[in-house]
This record gives sequence, structure tokens and C-alpha cells, in this order.
Amino acid sequence: MTAHAPAGEPLLRVRGVDKRYAAPVLSGVDFELRAGEVHAVMGANGAGKSTLSRIISGLTAPDGGSMTLAGAAYAPRSRRDAQRAGVQLVMQELNLIPTLTVAENLFLADLPARFGFVVGATLLERARRAMEGVGLTDLDPRTPLGQLGVGHRQLVAVAAALAHPCSVLILDEPTAALTGSEVGLVFEQLRRLRETGTAILYISHRLEEIQRIGDRVTVLRDGRVVATRPAAGTSLDEIVQLMVGDRAVEALDHRTHRLGDVALRVEGLTRAPRVRDVSFDVKRGEILGLAGLVGSGRTETLRVIFGADRAERGVVRRGSGPPLTIRDPRDAVCAGIGMVPEDRGAQAILHALPVRWNISLAVLRAFAKARWWIDDAREAAEASRLGARLDVRSHSLEQPAGELSGGNQQKVVIARWLLRDCEVLLFDEPTRGIDVAAKIAVYRVLNELAAAGKAIVLVSSELPELMALCDRIGVMSDGRLVTTFARGDWSEDAIVAAAFSGYAGRRDGARPH
Amino acid sequence: MPNPPPARATPRIAEYLGMLAVLVLLVALFSALSDHFFSRITFTTVANQIPALTVIAVGMTLVLIVAGIDLSVGSVMALGAAVLAVARVEWQMPLPAAILAGLAVGLAAGVANGLVTVRWTIPSFIVTLGMLEMARGGAYMVTDSRSVFLGAAIDVIGLPLPVIGLSPAFVLAIAVVAAGQILLSKTILGRYMIAIGTNAEAVRLSGIDPRPVIVTVFALSGLLAGLAGVFHVAYLESADPNAGTGLELSAIAAVVIGGTSLMGGRGSVISSFLGVVIIAVLQTGLAQVGATEPTKRIVTGAVIVAAVILDAYRHSLGRRQVEI
Repeated sequence: MTAHAPAGEPLLRVRGVDKRYAAPVLSGVDFELRAGEVHAVMGANGAGKSTLSRIISGLTAPDGGSMTLAGAAYAPRSRRDAQRAGVQLVMQELNLIPTLTVAENLFLADLPARFGFVVGATLLERARRAMEGVGLTDLDPRTPLGQLGVGHRQLVAVAAALAHPCSVLILDEPTAALTGSEVGLVFEQLRRLRETGTAILYISHRLEEIQRIGDRVTVLRDGRVVATRPAAGTSLDEIVQLMVGDRAVEALDHRTHRLGDVALRVEGLTRAPRVRDVSFDVKRGEILGLAGLVGSGRTETLRVIFGADRAERGVVRRGSGPPLTIRDPRDAVCAGIGMVPEDRGAQAILHALPVRWNISLAVLRAFAKARWWIDDAREAAEASRLGARLDVRSHSLEQPAGELSGGNQQKVVIARWLLRDCEVLLFDEPTRGIDVAAKIAVYRVLNELAAAGKAIVLVSSELPELMALCDRIGVMSDGRLVTTFARGDWSEDAIVAAAFSGYAGRRDGARPH
Repeated sequence: MPNPPPARATPRIAEYLGMLAVLVLLVALFSALSDHFFSRITFTTVANQIPALTVIAVGMTLVLIVAGIDLSVGSVMALGAAVLAVARVEWQMPLPAAILAGLAVGLAAGVANGLVTVRWTIPSFIVTLGMLEMARGGAYMVTDSRSVFLGAAIDVIGLPLPVIGLSPAFVLAIAVVAAGQILLSKTILGRYMIAIGTNAEAVRLSGIDPRPVIVTVFALSGLLAGLAGVFHVAYLESADPNAGTGLELSAIAAVVIGGTSLMGGRGSVISSFLGVVIIAVLQTGLAQVGATEPTKRIVTGAVIVAAVILDAYRHSLGRRQVEI
């Protein structure tokens, strides 16, 4: 069903909405969404964007305030309730089922059925129509979802929301995992929906998207609305300023690092097919960037150095020392090598456990009293010091880490390694999916570490980030380190060309998804 | 970072209050229903029945916390008891040596469980299911499928001490509970257990090898099952190769009543002990009010499920989130 607002009224009106868990998450939020607009909601991690979208889509009940939809009181008690009222949500984390087919995922809530049996033909027909809507024409709806890459899954999630009629569509970071052309497809659909009068609430961390797709921008900070502005005529700098408040926005200027001896030397490292004969070295005080397409072997290279996966061949040394025997991460950490992994949720954070425990995990042994006992006082003091140094925003050190925003979780993981004081640190996409303020905190730490003489390898898919921070950038393509640029020698075009070079000779032109 | 709210992975005293309240309620209920229940005899009887289940529940708590499970404990207990009895009676070993033999067999079974689990990354459910069969077979083998009678030789452990009326086995079991709780909440090993049960890959990628920790946990579970075997022999003055059938399920029930998560990462040894006591009081009380065996089982089963519902409800309070 579709709701129509009285003329001149916004379609959805949120008034004075409060929500608190252990601390206030939203305080007195007023927000309006008009029919036929794309309204971007921006804010740092933990500013309350996701909570607001959860409240509007019926997943979370507000503690105070009211909402109206098309002039009538609107208080959904469940997601189903909201969907019946015409409000659809595409979630940040994909709630799709990998073992089911694309078609089944699209219509999970209302599979066409007769006598309790799914009507396959009808389902396929509807699925094809829904998929055309997001440009997924070359995909068989009978493909199990688990076989698709992240980008395609995200498109399926969008298609699933669009497959049902709605007057309000909420998208929580729909493009986080998408490539440029896939983002284009999604935007095309959003524009078409806007034409038909759908009201779209759009949450994203990609600032530049606001000006491509947004009509208005609302900025949240610490659970309050700071400003609502037309997107045209509001500069990105202004938005960043509104998001982070008084805290100075450090420009991403390159700091000159003082380089020392070689701290890490990698020779002929191989784990086919993703890591082939990779050699490089990193000096003390240096940040070496690793650029490349997704699947080019950057993550795998870090994992093999760190012992998370075994190397088939190759040698890793600390400086000019003897070859290290690294059979598992424990060996790497003993050799003074740390790694901030790619997927912090699955590979780094202990969700249900206190922030304090998360920070101290790698140093518990070193802090032991009489070898076996936890030194509670020292643990608390050190965790508190590191938490403050990285500006971890939590109610207390005892709060479960899983309750923190993504950016703050990342700070906790970095704090864990700072406490361990490794000489070599491997960072895998440390700023993925975190907000501007948290990114700035990460950049600051990287520069501080380099200044303190640590050797850093930084994998990132954001070239501007690499070009600002790194002293050198190595480019990986199809498992090989194809070239390394020194600062000043690189350009975006040259890096991109190098990233594709390894695939050029392939007959099928196959690229990693 | 203002006003630290309570949010801990290990429970505080307040966490035990709920279970203690249930216990007091049960005692009050049975005291009202039966004239004989509220007596010293009842309490010492209960206390002297539970040492075996108590120490097994301590091991099971640790296993569940690392997100494993140990189905072999009942059989390993029988095997430990059998080895003890045979070593004493047939091989004429001195009692302390026979006891050590029983404990060693339990430890060996536990180490085997742990090593196979981590070496081939097989679910511990399967590994310990295999051990359940093997240990039971071993118990039949060493006893020739007959009960082995020891007589008074081992009474010193199982019989109540004069004056206090409690057996050394009970006192020892309480000491094991205390040691288990201290291990869990004060030592690095305990912290690693909780962390591994929460996210083993994150632990591994923090430079800590989870495998020795997991092997240690299964070894402890096996050792405690062996100790339960000693208690069992002391209590009955004989070793029955059929002993402890289904005991793994009683232990899991007690541990779950105590709020330990089957998904790993959360649990308390003291709560598990309270779970054991609740089950024992329930069964003794039901027997005293004249409930039949079938009724006892139905009521006990219902209480287990109710306890878990209560626990789930308590954990959802305070951070109420709508699930999708």
C-alpha cells in the first residue's frame, strides 16, 4: 500500500524522538521526510543514524517522541508492521540467507504458495522482474545467494526491498560494499523511485554520494540533529565540520617520516593463487601502502606474513636477521609483528566481552602476576590509558565491545596492538566502514606510529588515503607485487593501470569479483 | 567515560541471588509438603549424593565456555571407577595408587578428547560421543561386565565424617568448585577460555594459540570425571560398569540451569554448582512427597526448561532489542 501525505505536509514526520540504552543514543530528534526526495542522513559512527532508521522501520521502539506517516499517527511495533504501512528498510548488515536462491531471498516474507507449496514458476517470474529493476539481468534467480560476491548480494538486498510496494524506503549504507558501476545501478533505481514519489532516507559514509544523489542532508551528532540543509550548495567540508563538531579536522597532509633500518623483509612469499612470489621490505618509521583490486592478494599477503595462513614458499625476516619460522600468528607476534585484520567483527572483536578485555587480550601474558594470574589493576590502568589515547567512545571499559559503533570497535582493535607494542604492524583496510571522525583518529595513530619508528604496511582500497599517508605504495595485481612507487612518482592513473596490469594477459580477462 | 554501568562477563553476587531464591523456594515448598523434609538428615543425604555430579558439572562448565561439549563424562567416570576397583581388588595395588590410576585414566581420556578435537578440527560433540562408547567398552572390559566390590577399604572418602555429617568427598567437591571459579575469573587461562568461546578466530589472530587451552579444558573435564569415579566407588563401596549412564545429560542440565551458554563465552562454575544442588533438592524432595519415578522425571525436565527460559528473559532485560 502507498500512503499519501496531505498537500504541503512531509510524508513522514519524526518529532522529539528519544532513545537510550545505557546512555542516550537519540535525544529529541526532529526529522522530516518528503515524498519524492532523497534525504541523506550523515553522522559519525555512534551518532544515532542506524538507531533512527531502526525506529522508523519498526525494529526498535523509541522511548519518547512521536511519528506521523501521511498525517496519521505512526508507531510500528515490528518490522512487519512498518512494511504494511509502506516503510521498507535495506539493512547495513545483509539479512539474507546464503543457502537459499536469489529468488527465494527476494520474496522470503511472502513466497507465492498454493496449499503450502512454493509455486516455482510464479516465484521465478516475479524474481526476474524484481532483478531487472536493479539491473541484475545477467543473473539466474535460481543461483544460491552464497555463490554471489558481496556487491551482487547488496543489489539483491536492494531488489528485495524494492520488490514490495513502499512509500518510504530507508537505505542504511547500501553502497558500502559496491563498486563504482554497481553504485551507478543503485542510484539509477533511486532516481526512478524518487520520480514516482517515494520518500528515500539514505545513510552513507561516502560523503561524495550526497551530492550525487541527495536532495537534502541532515547531520546527526551525538544523538542530536545538528542541521538539515539542501544538498546543493552545502560543501563536503561543511558537512564534515558539522559531523565532527569543534574537533579540528586534520587535513590529510603527508607527514614526512624519518626512515631507519629495514624492519621487515619479505622474500619470494608464495601461497598460490593469491600470493605469488611477493618480495618487499619496510623500514622503521615507514608506511608502505599496498594498493590493488579486491582479490588481488593484498589481504592474503598480510595473512601469510602474520602466519594466519601458511606460506608455501618464501622467507620473512625482521631486518637483516635470520628467516623467521612463522607457523601461526603466535610466532609472528613473538617476532614483533601485529595485524589489524580485514573483518573486525569476525576476526578481531570479542563482542560480548568488555572493552577492557578486548584491549588487553594480546598482552595478558606479559601483564601476568606470578605467571598465571591476571593483574586486574594494571590491566584496567593500561586499557584506560589506551582507550583515552585513541578516544574510544564507550560508556565504560566494562561495556561489551560489540555495543560500540564500528569506528570505536576499530579503535579498540588498534589499541590492542598498541598495547602489545609490536615493531611491525600490518593494517588491513583499517578505515573500511567507519566514519570521518574515526578515520581521522586512525590516520593520526598511523602517523604517530611511524614517527615512533614502527614499520607499517597499510592495505587500503581508498587511493587518496594511501597517497596521503604512505611513503611508498606497492601495487598488487593477480597475486603479484607488480610495481612499487616512491612518494612523488605516483599518480592515481598509474596506480590504477598497475592494478589492472596483471590481468591484461588473460584470455578471459577474468578479474576477481 | 562517565558512570560505569555493570556489564561483566563473569557474574557478581547478584547473579547468584536468583538461583539462591529458587533454591530457598524449593526447600520451603517441600518443607511445607512433607514433615520429614526439613531435617539435618535430608541435607546431609543430598550433600553426600552430589559430589560426583558436582565435579563433573565443573568440568562441563569449562568445556561449554570454550564452546565445546563433553558427552563422555558419564562413561569416563565408570571407566575411572572400574580401573580403581580392579587395581585395588585384582592387582592388589595400595588404595592411593589405585585412586591415582583411576584419575590417570580419566585424564588420559580427556587429553585424547582434546587432542583429537583440535588436531583434526572435529566438533567435540562427535569426538566425545566416540569416547562415550569407548570408555564404556573399556569399563566393561576391565570389570568383565561385573560389579567389583571393594568393601570398607574406601569408606574414608565416601562416608560422612562424625559431627558435621558431611563426607570428605563433599568437602573436596566444594574445593573443586572454588578452584574452578577462581581459575575462570582470576587466571589468564580462564580469561582465554572465555575469549575462545566468544570468538576463537579473534583470539588466534591476537597471537594466542587456542589449541593448548582447549586441550587443557578437555583434560580437566576428563580428570574431574575420573575424580567423580573415585567418589562413586567411595559412595557405593563398589564399581559398577553401568554407572553414570546419562550422567552427561544431568551435568549439562545443571550447567545450563546455572546460566552457562551452550554457545560458549559465558558461564559460572558457582552457578553450575547451584544448578546441581537445585536438581538434587528437587529429586530428593519429590521422592519424599511420594512422587513416582515417572513424575520425578517429568517435573525435573520441566524445571530445566523453565530455568533456561528464566535465564534468557533475565539476559534480555536491560538491553531490550527487537530481533528481526
